[in-house]
Amino acid sequence: MRGKKMAPAFNAFHTFLFAPDETTHNGSHVRAADDLKRTMNTVIMSLIPILIFSMFNTGYQHFAAIDAAAGVSRELSLFGNFFTAENFWLGLTLILPIVIVSYGVGLLIEFIFAVIKGHEVEEGYLVTGMLVPLIVPVDTPLWMLAVAIVFGVVIGKEVFGGTGMNILNPALTIRAFLFFAYPTWMSGDKVWVHQAMERTGTADAISGETILGYLAQNNSVEEVYSISDMFFGFIPGSIGETSAFLCLLGGLFLVFSKIASWRIMVSAVIGALIMGLIFNGIADAGIISESSNFYGLMSLDFWQHLILGGLAFGIVFMATDPVTGSQTNRGKWIYGFLIGFLSVMIRVFNPAYPEGVFLAILLMNVFAPTIDHYVIRGNVRRRMKRMKQARIYAPTAAAEELEAETV
Amino acid sequence: MPNFLVNYYDRKALSSIFDANFSNPNGYLMSTDIRIKKGLQINLIGAAELTTSKAVLSNVYALNLNDFHGMTPKMLVKEGAEVKAGEPIFYNKDFPEMLFVSPVSGEIAAIERGARRRILMIKILADKEQSQVQYEKVDPTSASTEEIKSFLLKTGCWPFIKQRPYDFIANPETTPKSIFVSAYTTAPLAADADYVLQGKEKALQAAVTALGKLTPGDVHVSIGKNGNSPMAQLSGAKIHKVSGPHPAGLVGTQINKIDPINKGELVWTLSPQDLVIIGECLLSGIFNPERLIALVGSAVKNPKYFTTKIGAEIATFLYGSGVNIKRFRVINGNVLTGLRSKQDGHLGFYNNTVSCIPEGDDYEFFGWNKPVFNKVSATRALTFSWMLPKKKFDLDTNTNGEHRAFVVTGLYEKVFPMDIYPLQLLKACMVKDLDEMEQLGLYEVIPEDFSLTEFVCISKQPHQQIIREGLDLLHQEIG
Repeated sequence: MRGKKMAPAFNAFHTFLFAPDETTHNGSHVRAADDLKRTMNTVIMSLIPILIFSMFNTGYQHFAAIDAAAGVSRELSLFGNFFTAENFWLGLTLILPIVIVSYGVGLLIEFIFAVIKGHEVEEGYLVTGMLVPLIVPVDTPLWMLAVAIVFGVVIGKEVFGGTGMNILNPALTIRAFLFFAYPTWMSGDKVWVHQAMERTGTADAISGETILGYLAQNNSVEEVYSISDMFFGFIPGSIGETSAFLCLLGGLFLVFSKIASWRIMVSAVIGALIMGLIFNGIADAGIISESSNFYGLMSLDFWQHLILGGLAFGIVFMATDPVTGSQTNRGKWIYGFLIGFLSVMIRVFNPAYPEGVFLAILLMNVFAPTIDHYVIRGNVRRRMKRMKQARIYAPTAAAEELEAETV
Repeated sequence: MPNFLVNYYDRKALSSIFDANFSNPNGYLMSTDIRIKKGLQINLIGAAELTTSKAVLSNVYALNLNDFHGMTPKMLVKEGAEVKAGEPIFYNKDFPEMLFVSPVSGEIAAIERGARRRILMIKILADKEQSQVQYEKVDPTSASTEEIKSFLLKTGCWPFIKQRPYDFIANPETTPKSIFVSAYTTAPLAADADYVLQGKEKALQAAVTALGKLTPGDVHVSIGKNGNSPMAQLSGAKIHKVSGPHPAGLVGTQINKIDPINKGELVWTLSPQDLVIIGECLLSGIFNPERLIALVGSAVKNPKYFTTKIGAEIATFLYGSGVNIKRFRVINGNVLTGLRSKQDGHLGFYNNTVSCIPEGDDYEFFGWNKPVFNKVSATRALTFSWMLPKKKFDLDTNTNGEHRAFVVTGLYEKVFPMDIYPLQLLKACMVKDLDEMEQLGLYEVIPEDFSLTEFVCISKQPHQQIIREGLDLLHQEIG
């Protein structure tokens, strides 16, 4: 039949517009209203406020940095200098191309694989495509992003069999590729505010540091940003990860819709808090001195880790990816806890990594099946123990006679 | 992992983190009240009114051999032969003493065969005047195990007894550790056990007494806690009061809570209306295939109960009731576990319900991102069925999505009350890992236990088919 090879591509467009007319063939004759598209759509809905906020924030940080370099002091005023059309327009012109490249390149790879392998285009990339723009620095060159997306989607997902089969979170694979292949573009203290890099070394150099970078140099952060700034997200950072408040709202929405696992989120927060407490304890007990490299980050109040950097974003949107995380409920507690725990540890000991949480999640992605294995062994052991009381009765006399005859 | 290493970890604290707590080391539930918390009650419109009509007498009766899974039939009569009601017409090749009898007297009109001459359906043209085979009555209180077994085998009552594992007809040469009956109905629109069993206490008691002789263990009967079951006062059985949403009414859930099946053990199950047939046969010596069935579903104008016989034409009661719409699906059974039937099909051997629901073969514009008010959902992703737990829905047969790999986790556990990991068991069946299937508890489940997880499945995977194939493979390889 002509054109059959491109059937997955046509189908993808058709099912984008119309829910299919397929009826049940075997098993249950009725099915629940949820499908994968609806699930993905819910996650995207929870990311839209973050995307819009980040457009305003990008503009705001850029103009604030210019002011700071020129010595003009600036007070944040929500409708005065944050939610302005100028900020939004700058953010839009910078971020929208990244979103377009992300979806365009990613979906192109998915379509190609679907046509080659003859299966349907699956919806996994709908969410990944929205996550990727939110975790990269704003000035990332588009060609760099495209290369990373090709790597991430092909190696991180397609070679394993597509949606539902991957071991590593695809968005984080893309981010990790960007970091390790183009490290100077992804780290340091200049990349987080638009055009901070270009102005380095000139008369109107502007600083584009993140708060974590600040703390890593043992500076105190209260001088520059207040707690509410950090919580609501009026700070520099990767495009979408600054607002812990919006991540919290998104997280509550996802838990309410029963799409994301609350166990992972809660246990990750607990893990991060505990690691923060341990570090506070070390700093307070004087085990390290004030002049140590780690003092700034270790003495940071333990709960402040939750509002800095990408921890909130990673916990709500990356750690809860059901395919790459632990699948058993008990395993999710352990998985989430270790993610929170390790994120703060990586962050303190190695501030050069711009986001310890992403690396911690990738590490735990690899260990998630191991955690599940031991949880399931618990269930199996319980069954084996029960087997010791099995009541098995010998076959009846007639059968025994027959067996005796035939042997 | 080598065995000795597993034991090493066993002694370490590590294992106690992963081991769930279990209150009772031998797994027995001591109390007789069972409350099931996990599950999903699906309320549909078209429930049967509690009135009974007599169905028009059918001309042709048919036995669909697909109802008897895992068995090879061998015919005793040829096409054109005259049979009486209750006369054996075929037997089980593996157990020749297990006879299957005709529900009516008449002429064998057709023996339809399929690939490799496998018998698919036996059609019987019914006589105007019915004649019965009379067997010798058996008193269940005084008869021995062997007498009861051979009576059930020769009168065609044995096929009502199913076994776990594998969900085949019970092997008469074996002895089960217990026998379970569920008289608590939770499946959507299914025939209400309390209503259909009214007035049948004598037959039920006879059947229960007889079953008690077949096992050294107990006969467990589960009834609804808030219902009014005629089985509540039976003697010779342990009566359990069960409450909770579907699948609390499935016998598999009850077995898992009361007396779970271990490798090597056998449990037999029967449905309560089949007990009535067995009981009447014991008391009167006549195999009476009459059933009270519920005709339900939104496609039916007047859903109610009908008295009819096993194998009767569905059309005899379907059109009498009137239908509302043109394109609908007839299901032999309930909407979760029944088999699709043609409109000129016949009532199945084990079925008490015939459901008629609209076909959903229509496209829906942007179906995946609009808020949904008229469908049942297990999540709250722009779906609102959670807000209205008592609302009755008109569900159609649309899959509401395409077939995908497993993605979402934690959803099946919300509707699966057994102490088994459903997703991992499904995956083990799909990759045909026999050891894993055994260890995860495949012996304890049958396909209908996964009907609710299949309903909520976001990836639209065929759970019941996966489990059926897994069970067949396990039986073939391990026996």
